[in-house]
Amino acid sequence: MGCSIAGIIDEKGNRFSGEKIICAIKKMYLRANGLGGGFAGYGIYPENSDDFCFHIIYNDEKSRENTESYLKHDFEIVKEEPIPTRTVKAIVNRPLLFRYFLRVKDEIKKQFYEMTEEDIVMRSVMKINGAQAGAFVISSGKNMGIFKGVGYAADIGKFYKLEEYSGYCWIAHDRFPTNTPGWWGGAHPFGLLNFSIVHNGEISSYGINKRYLEEFGYRLTLHTDSEAILYLFDLLLRKHKLPMSLAHKVLCPPLWSEIEKMPEDERKFYETLRIIYGSALINGPSAIIVSDGKMMFGFTDRLKLRPLVAARNGSKFYLASEECAIQEICPLKKGDVFFPKVGEPAIGKLRNTEQTRNKGTRNGHGKFRFSSV
Amino acid sequence: MKKIYFNEEYCMACRLCEIACLVAHSKSKKIIKAYKEEFPSLTPRLIIEQKGPLSFAIQCRHCKDAPCVEACVTGAMKRGKKTGAVSHDREKCVGCWMCIMSCPFGVILMDTKEKKVATKCDLCEDVREPACVDACPNEALVYKEVKGSEKK
Amino acid sequence: MESSASVLCKSSVSVQCIRKANMKKSLLFPDFTVTRDPDKCIQCEVCVRQCAFDAHSFDKEANKIETDNSKCVSCLRCATMCPTGAITVSEHQQNIKKNKNWTEKQLKELYKQSETGGILLTGMGTDKDYKIIWDHILLDAAQVTNPSIDPLREPMELRTYLGAKPDRIEFRVQSSEFRGQNKKLRTTNYELQTKLPPQLKLETPILFSAMSYGAISLNTMRALARAADECGIFYNTGEGGLPKELYKYGKNTIVQVASGRFGVDSDYLDVAAAVEIKVGQGAKPGIGGHLPGEKVTEEISQTRMIPTGTDALSPAPHHDIYSIEDLSQLIYSIKEATGYKKPLSVKVAAVHNIAAIASGIVRAGADIVAIDGLRGGTGAAPTRIRDNVGIPIELAISAVDSRLREEGIRNRASIIAAGGFRNSADVVKAIALGADAVYIGTAALVAMGCHLCQKCYTGKCNWGIATQDPYLVKRLNPEIAARRLVNLIKAWSHEIKEIMGGMGINAVESLRGNRLRLRGFDLHENELKILDIKPAGESM
Repeated sequence: MGCSIAGIIDEKGNRFSGEKIICAIKKMYLRANGLGGGFAGYGIYPENSDDFCFHIIYNDEKSRENTESYLKHDFEIVKEEPIPTRTVKAIVNRPLLFRYFLRVKDEIKKQFYEMTEEDIVMRSVMKINGAQAGAFVISSGKNMGIFKGVGYAADIGKFYKLEEYSGYCWIAHDRFPTNTPGWWGGAHPFGLLNFSIVHNGEISSYGINKRYLEEFGYRLTLHTDSEAILYLFDLLLRKHKLPMSLAHKVLCPPLWSEIEKMPEDERKFYETLRIIYGSALINGPSAIIVSDGKMMFGFTDRLKLRPLVAARNGSKFYLASEECAIQEICPLKKGDVFFPKVGEPAIGKLRNTEQTRNKGTRNGHGKFRFSSV
Repeated sequence: MKKIYFNEEYCMACRLCEIACLVAHSKSKKIIKAYKEEFPSLTPRLIIEQKGPLSFAIQCRHCKDAPCVEACVTGAMKRGKKTGAVSHDREKCVGCWMCIMSCPFGVILMDTKEKKVATKCDLCEDVREPACVDACPNEALVYKEVKGSEKK
Repeated sequence: MESSASVLCKSSVSVQCIRKANMKKSLLFPDFTVTRDPDKCIQCEVCVRQCAFDAHSFDKEANKIETDNSKCVSCLRCATMCPTGAITVSEHQQNIKKNKNWTEKQLKELYKQSETGGILLTGMGTDKDYKIIWDHILLDAAQVTNPSIDPLREPMELRTYLGAKPDRIEFRVQSSEFRGQNKKLRTTNYELQTKLPPQLKLETPILFSAMSYGAISLNTMRALARAADECGIFYNTGEGGLPKELYKYGKNTIVQVASGRFGVDSDYLDVAAAVEIKVGQGAKPGIGGHLPGEKVTEEISQTRMIPTGTDALSPAPHHDIYSIEDLSQLIYSIKEATGYKKPLSVKVAAVHNIAAIASGIVRAGADIVAIDGLRGGTGAAPTRIRDNVGIPIELAISAVDSRLREEGIRNRASIIAAGGFRNSADVVKAIALGADAVYIGTAALVAMGCHLCQKCYTGKCNWGIATQDPYLVKRLNPEIAARRLVNLIKAWSHEIKEIMGGMGINAVESLRGNRLRLRGFDLHENELKILDIKPAGESM
């Protein structure tokens, strides 16, 4: 599919209104067809920052009841409410939209002692999305949320009153779907735990990426290729403890001819990485922005068949399909803008996240660890 | 100089080289016509040696110190100055066959058409590759330059 | 590769030969008619000299070449070599009363058996009219939403590694900070902890299938070895041992350990890039082999390590493998013997329970599972076995790949598919179904000159391939044959790249197991289910 993507992160962690990202994505409306749009915002729920926040879309009350009773089994519901919306003419056939702030019950933790909290949350998300007809979890992270639906992104943003939220990182997507019909759950961003992703592209390798992920217990229910990227990141970062930079090299590995030219140790590392993770290579035209709340990471496929522009201005780092989107919200000087090269990611990250490093991921308490190569 | 070499390991005695040689030196140069109309008068300019599974095709070696040139009384058998190849001038040949007697390889033959003259491999002058080499399906005949071969 | 225990007739199954058996009058009639165009024939006798079956002869008195149709096997050597193109071989037209059930083939086989009392023997893969599933699988291509890739302009990667892969990478991270000119710099060092099990590196996902010295000539082996070396792939010795002169191609050699253990010693295992335990082959699952003593020449006796002139018998099973745990013992014996430095492959025929068998093989410790399908070739096999035992490779690949993934052990072994791969499209489809690479045997032989006359077991191969006859082996110049093989591999690789480019895929990893890019056409629902592909017309 062809789409527009955009993202903004304030590297100092300053929060700003969702209005900016709406303006940016609106500028590229020609790249979309009104069949889906959405946003992910980080830092938007500071009061409940330690609770998992589930955004769930329901087809009807019946599925809400079913799902809520399921949630109550595993989680302590700290807070539940409808997601606030306003009337926008273009947004029709709205599902029921609810959000829940959740804590995993102690007895559940005890019951699944071999699993981390995140594993338990992931299992619940997979279960609801796979089995509960009419209910769909669209985001499940902490202090973050995904807002999406069928319509142009600008209208979706307005519908969800995003200008009333403030966050330090936002990513957005406006959709021109081809492979899958437009439905609310199928819009971008896709999220699992703290992770969210927007993707402009089509994955020619989806068939094998899906089968590979299924071996690790992921259930791909959306019939959309972008979902696979999300889970690949989850697998690589959370389960296999790869840093972002290496996960990127799994998805878009260097060519064998490039690997051969590397110094011995590096060559061996990349060779091993590629041999082990061949099935995780994502092939086909793609421009992707992912975020986990700590950083915003943009990259393209190995041939750069889809556009991605980056810019840095002050403490803010921008990514977008087109330069105009960034120009719209930030007066850029010459030299602010750059075009990430093939195989090179564009990264904006929260500074002073050092304190999170030592917590590490080894004990599995879900703090992602990121370090640069 | 470029010469024809044989590789007995891959010669299977199919004799396609012989056929190609005959045709190349026929009037019509057309295989069916040559065989049907000229055949008895055609002489191949190479011979095929065969004993059990071992076989090879051999033609004039264009020796450096060629006994046939020495033996020729009319100067019909001579060495080309430029090419270094031993050639035979039919006009000058009187058919004394001293060349045939002196050839250590036995690759100079009597012309079956005009019995008085001798005939031998001329490396198919003016073509890139001699006909026999071209025809060999198994590359048992090769036309190549071998350095140091002149000294022998 | 060897003829089976009850040999119908050691030479060609022709009318002549059967007549010699125990009947005065054979009821057989020739399979082929050789026509000679009198306007074109120049009586050069090339055909006479080229036919090892003596179908052509020169009658000096009549000054005429005669042909005995009953001896012709349609190898087309004479027709190919004839300098004037005077010879045509065609099916023998004998007006047997048409009968869909009792076909001419059936009748001939009955005549043969009633005249000899023997098992029918044949060579190459089955020629029976089974549905070829490859021809009912269609490939995808990129249009509009996804650009196709031009392999002439963009990199296109076919490199494939065969062997066990760990589940995940393990490494140690060390961060260090140091002061640069103006700011602090941090470098992170990743120290690789994963030690990859041994891998075979292939530049293209194709290997030459096992063909043993004895079944094929030394020149044929030389050609396969040279071509494998040049293409960056592998050839397989089969069960006939490895002639010393080919040791120099060791890094491109897979050596086989089969039930007869011919030619197996420490040098043989050491020199190879990988070792393959052969349990079965697609053309004759469950059947052993028999190389008649007269074929065991001095060289073959040296290579197979058996006395000259003695029959070389491969038992039907390995007599030290009566169960899966025995296989595991042999696998680890060989791994111990080779210091865990080489991947170990186990080759089996695709039989009904192949998914479970493959799973067992992987759990027994194999790094590669080679599966040979219904159409797999052979130098000699009982016709009934060849034509009726096993399952098509297409279904076997899919069943095995799915099963290994269900069990979460797919990464623990690579899958090589074998058995009748005819062209690059078949290869692409096999890889998309889940194979890592394919073995090609028949296609390689055809590239070298084989015309599939199916008379390998007679030892009279006119193309110099499946023979040890000193007159015939010379016919295959290994240099030419190697060139032809290299061309074939190159051509297929180009085509695979072209197909992948069309799909918008630039690395073979993204094709492997990518069944979404396949569609079934005119396939039964059950076949689609086992292949795990959608019917044509159904989108993602």
